[in-house]
Amino acid sequence: MKNVLKGLAAFGIAAALAAPAMAQENAAEPMHFPIKEPPQLHWSFSGPFGTFDKEQLQRGLKVYKEVCSACHSLNMVAFRNLEALGYSEAQVKAFASQYQIQDGPNDDGKMFERPGKPSDYFPAPFPNEEAAAAANGGAAPPDFSLIAKARAAERGFPQFIFDIFTQYTTAGPDYIHALLTGFHQTPPKGLTIPSGTYYNPYFMSAASTHMPPPLSDGQVKYDDGSPETVNQYATDVAAFLMWAADPHMEVRKEIGFRVMIFLLIFGFLVYLTKRKVWNEVAHSH
Amino acid sequence: MSAEAIEPNRRDFLYIATGMAGVVGAASVAWPFIDQMQPDASTLALASVEVDVSSVTPGMSLIVKWRGKPVVVRNRTPKEIQEAEAVKLSELKDPIARNDNLPSDAPATDANRTVKGQEAWLVMVQVCTHLGCIPLGQQGEFGGWFCPCHGSQYDTAGRIRKGPAPENMAIPKYEFKSKTSVTIG
Amino acid sequence: MSGFQHSTYTPKTGLGRWFDQRMPLPRLVYDSFVAYPVPRNLNYAYTFGGILSMMLAIQILTGIVLAMHYAANSGLAFDSVEHIMRDVNFGWLLRYAHSNGASFFFIAVYVHMFRGLYYGSYKAPRELLWILGCIIYLLMMATAFMGYVLPWGQMSFWGATVITGFFSAIPLVGDWIQQLLIGGFAVGDPTLNRFFSLHYLLPFMIAGVVVLHIWALHVAGQTNPTGVDVKTKGDTVPFSPHATMKDAFAMVAFLFFFAYVIFYIPDYLGHADNYVQANPLKTPSEIVPEWYFLPFYAMLRAITFNVGPINSKLGGVLVMFGSIALLFLVPWLDTSKVRSAVYRPWYKLFFWIFIADVVMLGWLGSKPPQGVYPTLALIGAIFYYAFFLIIMPVLGLIETPRKLPNSITEAVLQKKAGGTLAPAGATAAPETRS
Repeated sequence: MKNVLKGLAAFGIAAALAAPAMAQENAAEPMHFPIKEPPQLHWSFSGPFGTFDKEQLQRGLKVYKEVCSACHSLNMVAFRNLEALGYSEAQVKAFASQYQIQDGPNDDGKMFERPGKPSDYFPAPFPNEEAAAAANGGAAPPDFSLIAKARAAERGFPQFIFDIFTQYTTAGPDYIHALLTGFHQTPPKGLTIPSGTYYNPYFMSAASTHMPPPLSDGQVKYDDGSPETVNQYATDVAAFLMWAADPHMEVRKEIGFRVMIFLLIFGFLVYLTKRKVWNEVAHSH
Repeated sequence: MSAEAIEPNRRDFLYIATGMAGVVGAASVAWPFIDQMQPDASTLALASVEVDVSSVTPGMSLIVKWRGKPVVVRNRTPKEIQEAEAVKLSELKDPIARNDNLPSDAPATDANRTVKGQEAWLVMVQVCTHLGCIPLGQQGEFGGWFCPCHGSQYDTAGRIRKGPAPENMAIPKYEFKSKTSVTIG
Repeated sequence: MSGFQHSTYTPKTGLGRWFDQRMPLPRLVYDSFVAYPVPRNLNYAYTFGGILSMMLAIQILTGIVLAMHYAANSGLAFDSVEHIMRDVNFGWLLRYAHSNGASFFFIAVYVHMFRGLYYGSYKAPRELLWILGCIIYLLMMATAFMGYVLPWGQMSFWGATVITGFFSAIPLVGDWIQQLLIGGFAVGDPTLNRFFSLHYLLPFMIAGVVVLHIWALHVAGQTNPTGVDVKTKGDTVPFSPHATMKDAFAMVAFLFFFAYVIFYIPDYLGHADNYVQANPLKTPSEIVPEWYFLPFYAMLRAITFNVGPINSKLGGVLVMFGSIALLFLVPWLDTSKVRSAVYRPWYKLFFWIFIADVVMLGWLGSKPPQGVYPTLALIGAIFYYAFFLIIMPVLGLIETPRKLPNSITEAVLQKKAGGTLAPAGATAAPETRS
């Protein structure tokens, strides 16, 4: 009986250990996207003490405004939020007034357009989702307010354990950068790309995108002398989109540091108190 | 053993230190719960509005929403201004100006119901000071505002003259940034 | 038997006496949380009850303030959550505390439950205590499921669609029950609104059952790692300050890890697809519940075959609900006269294999149901059921346990002296500082 039990136990342990290995070998899975994992880049805002590079965010805003905003909305970002990029109140006011914002109805019951104010949000290029899809071959370009938090490629075991300790939270910007610089590659043999789409091995949903490659060298003029290359544009706009998705990141990490230190000290004090209290027991029993 | 009686010994120091750290921690945790009830950033962004008054000719009013309430921006006619200036302070039910641009005890002269240089303009929160209804403009005995809810009557400077309302209608903080633009709040 | 002793509370002030004559509430608090005797050898595995009470309080407090800003309407919900994250003062902190608080609530409850399974805390006379705990666990799962729907992201919507879809597997009345639950033909506005109402209500029901849970505990008293009953007063220490301070330290340590996740990796335990607004016409490439449901999800999907009149869909649902229902029967499934796994070497071994099995099932729940994964999940589910239905009853009958200490005090002193087994009734080893 004991041997039967021992055997069962051994089998159980062996199965548990072998399972991951077996899975990798025998899995006959359909095509998995993205075809290529996005490379892990280093960002100024990575890590517990990371901060946004305001110059980079300003460049990223320029790329968004001049390239992406033709199709992609940024519904949750208000012009007043742009002060976080290092702009003054006056600059923000001027920036907002460049836009025409729909307002109304007026006393005649009609909607009208007026210059933007800091409290307004970035206007969308299309009036609704259906119009956006109709103008883009049936695929509506997604809103960008949260895109950097809404895209994360699977990291697999054991990487996802290490990620807890390295605080890897930049899967979104890594993905955006990889996608934007991942066009113009040759698809592998045997893979048919539907016409009207563009092969991109980093795309998460399929082998090709409805979006044509949006970036090209020299497309956006940078005032601070940064290189006007696709790679730079992709990096800057990815950083900008990370800010758009997580504007309070720097405050969060800063408060976090103070909280952790406090808990360490307080925990130590409570531990000493606990020991003092329990030492009474040792002496009286 | 007199040392124990006079000052806290090491053990008590530990308890006091731990207790105080706990209080600091509890207070730090409590603050966000209280602060979240204060107006949020999107509300504060609407704390101030800019109004373009270039199309508001004498005798016309423009009503804008400011902090959730209606503010009337009226370009008063010379007749209305004269009528308001002719009123003696002793005739007023509420002698205080209620103008946030002035000290709280300023008297309710017509000049104190406007800002210097723009005396034709009356910028006022059009909410009856009785129970909060919106009075109707250019109506009532005094040519100003008449509140249909309980019959309060205001004059051409928005001051309460008759009826149950206790105070003149409030004048918010405002500034004419240019001849055609006034910023409220 | 430890637990409630004769009350020794004597009010020290005039006000105290006045109050005590009219409502013995301070007396109850004193008897339950100050003078109340607990075994002196409790380890940190026994601090998770206190940690769970703390997490319930945190979830209720953060939830109430979040509800001041949230809009439970399908057109507004997603935006209202982002309004909280971006505009509300400290909104991001309250939201992340609440969403990660749910995860940490489950981490604590699983440690607490595994402690119960390991030390035999469910055995007589604590069967009702265990069952009340199972009820709390069920309420927690319902609350967490409904809460996850509220942000109205892709995972919120599609997770709700899948889970409410289970009910249609019930023969005859399944479709009717499903429509009753979701208030329509598909998950939508009525579903969201009622989930918000119930999500707000259930935690207070949990609090009520927790009161019963603690009451049942205080009647019998705590078990302890040896599984041997309290025999003399020397076996115990008063709850305050001993257990209070130990619980306090455990809570601070738990908060340290909780804070790390909130401030540095706040989206780690979530799913990126929930940052995309719900789209009823587009299913995400994979639908995954939150991690604390994954083992049950794996067991559900493991049933890919029909068994007689029971189709695979119904089979999966029965296996999944059955795996939770099994927990209620544990006090009667385990036949061992020995409580603690410390003295049950075979049970200890199978317990740890059970833990590994649950972890494996959890991992499988996150994988697509293709290739070898469903087979592994089936093996995992079979072992899960076998642990409760075969191993627990059988081991109790055939296992030879290790020799139990005669009392808690004896076990504590043995440990201090280096762990050698003293014969029964021997005097204590020389005192050493712990």
